[in-house]
Amino acid sequence: MNIVNAQNIKKSYFQGKMQVHALRGMSVLVDQSEFMALAGPSGSGKTTMLNIIGGIDSPDSGTIVVDNNDYADMKQSQLADLRLKKIGFVFQAYNLIPVLSAQENVEYIMLLQGVAASERKEKAIAILDDVGLEGKYNRRPSELSGGQQQRVAVARAIVSNPAIVLADEPTANLDSKTGESLLDMMKKMNQEKNVTFIFSTHDNMVMDYAKRIVKLKDGQIEEDIVKEK
Amino acid sequence: MYFELAWRNIWRNSRRTLVIITAVVIGVWSMVFLGAFSRGMLNNMLENGKSVLIGDIQIHHKNYREDPSIDKSMEQAEIIRHLLKNNLSKNTLWTERIKVSAYVSNARHSTGVTLVGIDPVKEKEISFLGKSIVNGNYLEPNDKRGVLVGKALLEKFDTKIGKKLILMTRSKSGKVVSKAFRIRGVFKAQMESTEKSYLFITMHGARNLLNIEEGISEISIKIFDDQNVDIVAKMLKNNIDEKLYSVETWKDLLPMLEAYVRIFDGFMYIWYVVVFIAMGFGIVNTSLMAVFERVREFGLLRALGMKPWRVIASVLTESTFTLTVGIVAGNCLGIISVFLLKENGLDLALFGKGAEFFGMSRIIYPVLTLTDVISVNSVIFFLGIIVSLYPAIRAAQITPVEAMRE
Repeated sequence: MNIVNAQNIKKSYFQGKMQVHALRGMSVLVDQSEFMALAGPSGSGKTTMLNIIGGIDSPDSGTIVVDNNDYADMKQSQLADLRLKKIGFVFQAYNLIPVLSAQENVEYIMLLQGVAASERKEKAIAILDDVGLEGKYNRRPSELSGGQQQRVAVARAIVSNPAIVLADEPTANLDSKTGESLLDMMKKMNQEKNVTFIFSTHDNMVMDYAKRIVKLKDGQIEEDIVKEK
Repeated sequence: MYFELAWRNIWRNSRRTLVIITAVVIGVWSMVFLGAFSRGMLNNMLENGKSVLIGDIQIHHKNYREDPSIDKSMEQAEIIRHLLKNNLSKNTLWTERIKVSAYVSNARHSTGVTLVGIDPVKEKEISFLGKSIVNGNYLEPNDKRGVLVGKALLEKFDTKIGKKLILMTRSKSGKVVSKAFRIRGVFKAQMESTEKSYLFITMHGARNLLNIEEGISEISIKIFDDQNVDIVAKMLKNNIDEKLYSVETWKDLLPMLEAYVRIFDGFMYIWYVVVFIAMGFGIVNTSLMAVFERVREFGLLRALGMKPWRVIASVLTESTFTLTVGIVAGNCLGIISVFLLKENGLDLALFGKGAEFFGMSRIIYPVLTLTDVISVNSVIFFLGIIVSLYPAIRAAQITPVEAMRE
């Protein structure tokens, strides 16, 4: 079953007075439970594609359907609801709210979803345990390492059982050991909880972990590699 | 958690938050304290104005105010007395007066004055006179030949207690009548003009001088609850023959003062708004800085699915906390300042003459009313929230893509 169906996506924007064609008619289908990387050099359009899949940016043309929701038919508020309930985000940096503890950062997304306090607490602790942050529930982001912060971000992204998690260069600011450990954890979540992960990356280690690599160049798919199981 | 988040957010930059809270505190303090001081000045002016033989309500012969002579006295006062006795509450005081224009002289000086025949016992409770005797004695009810003289007139006439003054006026029959009265006491009023223009004798003394048995010039009523003045006046108007008598409140009798009270209330609101505008710029500026510092964070929250209205609500919650802390502290400071001056007041000795010109006492006691406190707090709180809307809307307009480009 396709969780993402993007067809002929085009997107351009202006950088100063210069028009940049970020995506030039990209089409991709992503199945449920995939662990996929959008790879390519800077400016290849991977982050733009990820933003469009996540509904935080809109294409100039083309259609995008995520978990049977056609973005063309949806208002901004409906897209916000979809992001809240069906899509998890992990960004490269600035992932967490600095004044909230790890547990509160995870709980906050559930608070926005209207989950009851006791359930929020229970789920947040359980997911933090799952990502290897036992006992660090009350630490603020400034008291956590970069890798631990990204783990909290992953925990927040998957705590509500989203249809898909979009991770924009999640290992870019981490050393290789921490990055590997994070990827191990995400792969475990993918396998155990059947969460679909789509990364944007130019990190070879992420590409090694990915089961499928969609290589982008100048806003188009250059190569779509599905690794053997 | 929303409130916890807002509270923690405002202390992310504690110095900046303290600066804006200080601005709110100073604004609220100045509004509460200076407002109470101004209210004290106004009340003082009002009380001084009313205490100079005005009271809250007066009843006269219909044409007395056009021609304040003995001809326009109220002859059937018994009916009105009966009405007042039966309808006014125990807290309401009233007194009768005979008021005529007169001429006073001694061996060296003479001048025109308003001669007032009073019931010494009742007058003491109602007008300034009871608390104003600075020399000699107050009048006894049966004193037919005693007179109270203002300090300024006494000095002008170069006379003293125990000496005689000749009072001359026109009787009801049109004849000029005169009698000698002995100075029993000296009164000091807020304004020198009051000391020079009024002389007080007893009701008996006035009747004796004017050769009348009945008739009074006015009835002055003092009501201790301002709210009831209009209600009592209406009741009296409904029960008194309007063809014969007129019922007027202090607002009718002192239209300038009434206008001043209205202007003052308007001025207070204008002043609140002016103080707020200065404070408002600080609030907007600080909130905007706090928003622009957190562009990435707002972008993240929007990306996670937070709706714009919730972003607005979160920024407004932060403003509400900042305003609330400032307002509470400002009120405490203002109330403490008022409390400290409640006992001894503020001495305006430096502006003594000017204050007197405006009918104010030299010492002003601040008056804090619940209405003024509510007005101050409402103005700051609601305008504070309104001006915070701008940074809140700006925060809600931040898109995740825009934020990521930061």
